[in-house]
Amino acid sequence: MIWGVLQFPGSCDERDALHACEVHGDGARLIWHESRDLDGLDGVVVPGGFSYGDYLRAGAIARFSPAMEAVAEAAAGGMPVLGICNGFQVLCEAGLLPGALLRNVELRFRCHQVELVEEGSGERLSIPAKHGEGRYYAPAEMLDQIEANGQVAYRYAEGHNSNGSVRDIAGVSNERGNVLGLMPHPEHAVDPLTGSTDGLRVFDRLSRGAFANHGDGNPPR
Amino acid sequence: MTVDTPKYRELGLTDSEYKLIVEKLGREPNDVELAMFSLLWSEHCAYKHSRKLLRRLPTEGERVVMGPGENAGAVDVGSGYAVAFKVESHNHPSAVEPFQGAATGVGGIMRDVFAIGARPIALLDSLRFGELDSVRSRHLLDGAVRGIGHYGNSIGVATVGGEIYFEEPYEHNCLVNAMCIGFAKTEDMVRAAATGPGNSIVLMGASTGRDGIGGASVLASAELGEGDEAKRPTVQIGDPFEESKLLECCLELLEKGLLVSLQDLGAAGLTSSAGEMASAGGVGIDIDVAEVPLREADMEPFEIMVSESQERMLAVVEPARVEEVRAICEKWQTGSAVIGTVTEGGAIRILRGGEVVGEMPVEALVDGCPLYDLEPAEPEGWIYGNRATLEAGASAEEELLALLSSPNIASKRWAFEQYDYLVGSRTVRRPEQADAAVLQLPEAGNAIAVSIDGNGRRVACEPYLGTIDAALECAQNLACVGAEPLGLTNCLNFGNPEKPAGAWQLDRAVSGLADACNALGVPVVGGNVSLYNEGPDGPIYPTPVVAMVGELPDPNQVAGSGFAREGDAIGLLGPFEPNLAASELAKQRGELKAGLPRADVAAVARACDVVREAVRAGRLSSVHDVSDGGLACALAESAIAGNIGCAANLNHLRERGAQPEEALFGEGPGGFVVSGDRAALEELGATLLGEVGGETIEIGAGDRAISLSLADAASAFHSLPAQAEGDGA
Repeated sequence: MIWGVLQFPGSCDERDALHACEVHGDGARLIWHESRDLDGLDGVVVPGGFSYGDYLRAGAIARFSPAMEAVAEAAAGGMPVLGICNGFQVLCEAGLLPGALLRNVELRFRCHQVELVEEGSGERLSIPAKHGEGRYYAPAEMLDQIEANGQVAYRYAEGHNSNGSVRDIAGVSNERGNVLGLMPHPEHAVDPLTGSTDGLRVFDRLSRGAFANHGDGNPPR
Repeated sequence: MTVDTPKYRELGLTDSEYKLIVEKLGREPNDVELAMFSLLWSEHCAYKHSRKLLRRLPTEGERVVMGPGENAGAVDVGSGYAVAFKVESHNHPSAVEPFQGAATGVGGIMRDVFAIGARPIALLDSLRFGELDSVRSRHLLDGAVRGIGHYGNSIGVATVGGEIYFEEPYEHNCLVNAMCIGFAKTEDMVRAAATGPGNSIVLMGASTGRDGIGGASVLASAELGEGDEAKRPTVQIGDPFEESKLLECCLELLEKGLLVSLQDLGAAGLTSSAGEMASAGGVGIDIDVAEVPLREADMEPFEIMVSESQERMLAVVEPARVEEVRAICEKWQTGSAVIGTVTEGGAIRILRGGEVVGEMPVEALVDGCPLYDLEPAEPEGWIYGNRATLEAGASAEEELLALLSSPNIASKRWAFEQYDYLVGSRTVRRPEQADAAVLQLPEAGNAIAVSIDGNGRRVACEPYLGTIDAALECAQNLACVGAEPLGLTNCLNFGNPEKPAGAWQLDRAVSGLADACNALGVPVVGGNVSLYNEGPDGPIYPTPVVAMVGELPDPNQVAGSGFAREGDAIGLLGPFEPNLAASELAKQRGELKAGLPRADVAAVARACDVVREAVRAGRLSSVHDVSDGGLACALAESAIAGNIGCAANLNHLRERGAQPEEALFGEGPGGFVVSGDRAALEELGATLLGEVGGETIEIGAGDRAISLSLADAASAFHSLPAQAEGDGA
């Protein structure tokens, strides 16, 4: 699998994501924000950081970049797309994922190791989170719908939802399951020396199409 | 100020300095020239009260790649790579506006590092505030921590460590020292000298505005007093996004070999960067202020020359390469303008269009400032206050809890979790996992460790010995992770050097630093001096902040500071002689006084060698140096970090002449609390103290005994958030 990693002015984690993609797949390259060239890629990561400074609203400008237009097209064609932190915000702004990310309830940036529960399997992952605007929010009806569609991919384990995300949601996918966004950083969890390797499971699951259609389409009780 | 005060005095120049300027110019300076001289001849830029002292410091070493005088120091880490590092103060701006003051401190130190062609990979901070029961201190702490996080997080450089102390004398004059570590291929590094007459001077990055005008002379070189709010416009505003683009742009330009030299714009803006580049290259420079992109159209030439607008860099470029350089700037959406030319002869000329508005010999401007001898006199006794917060007759348990919850000792997690300490994927040990930050360098096949230390209270008690202790603390922290020091940098934060007591503190501290570096064999590769740190109530504690970078071959072998295994033996290594002088306990009892015991530096250095080798050989389960709060706190910290209890008996310390409470809470250099196999500890010559295990912390020393649940100790140790966020914060 060959990954592409978008690079905006103001991206921070693109090199980390590139490294994680190299560990996970068969190769990876950076894609400059002004490029629409996704040739030869099997998947794309929209990395963390502060694209274009994020002075307006996180992800609000990046969604209009040529690279993101190409990613939206590729996503519509079924290409796996992983948005991490700012990348998640960008994908929400672009309408590729439902919901929005608001400022943390404590109104502080926080960097710490969190435990996630993988929806469906119930497996726990230990990976770092670091953000000031990571509180997942969507209106109740939308939440009911994405839960019914099986679009909730990861939740914070009990006691780990420090940003105040609604229904403990840490990551969601699109309906088709090929676009995944999450606030914690799987690309920072690919080496035991720097923490854990649990992040590789996120890359793996997305590349296998494992987020697709695990809901039954019925709203929760 | 009365109307009669000459302008040069308002700008901080003395009568004799002004006379000297007139002599060197052969005429009275005009406003542009006067503004430029006043900044470059300020303490902040000219180091006029410290430069002579700094000659005492050893700067030579086999591994030194760049030493003092460059934008940052650098040491060789093998395989053709170098690590650059520097620490710099942003104290006065932070005391006026903590968020922007701290943020731009971080931005400034990063520019110093990428100016020599090194990619910033880590940040550390050394912060000092007044006591946390003061609303002002909580405000400054909150603002500074947010500012550091804002800038470092946004630009994507990991903040991996640091230290924070809270002491009354910093109430009005907080300290914000920021350190940046950079990583570079040695062959790609550049120096800041302008060369090649005819070459173009290119200003890159943000446009130039009125922010920060007069920062260097008005803020950095005078005492703080009433009415500092009026100085707020002189504090610069940071834009990490702009710097992020500028950083990537500069590194790409250097990688492609398009720059002759590069220099950041810091204090005194264009004046100092152009002046220093010309001086280092032995050339002249013409600058046309009409070519400088401005934020406000009506700026005067002197304003353009002294503006401290952030996120700007100055490069020397061969004329044939200018278009290529500008294209790369455009790619990174960062500004660029050719604003001048390198010239023959030694003059710096300021033009506006065709008109010359200032002309000075570079030598006079940059190197002409007189250097002063200090007139030190030792003050009598303890010149700072005492405030008892701990009741006499407290039990040893109450004392331990009071110490663990002291913001000086308590976990700083509240602060460091506001920083991204992971970006870059180099962070092998996160903050508080070990005594030093550890960063892997996969490119070079090894790792570095970094520590930054400077307990001002010890230096206040005895400047010479206290500074030695700060250097030893730093060396011990590196030893704890198996690192060997390669180089040292420092930031000397002191009071007014024109006062005899301030001069004495500075003079003694520099001698202490020199002697410690010589004894440890660690060269000083750079440094920064911040003087006039005084408020209405007097000077700060003299605070030499010492930072060391060390190398370790295998990051997998790094031991943590927390106890790791039930049943491990606990031992004490090193020539630790606990003493209550300058200790946290003495502070809380209101018993601080002048004087410190003298450490055996050679013996501490030998203990560092033993610990370093033991860690590298993987023989220890945990290592933690004995620091603030003494052995009892070191044991409790290792227990809390490992979430496992311990039982220890400190009666052996009695043989070293320590009274029970000195054994528990006495401080001083040279001690390491280690845990591991009993046989291994005995072989290393450790004094066995006890065993790891259980859910309580049991420590005995003569007639004083401590028995605390791990949970109670942890709760005290993690009480900083409640104290920091207080009522009014």
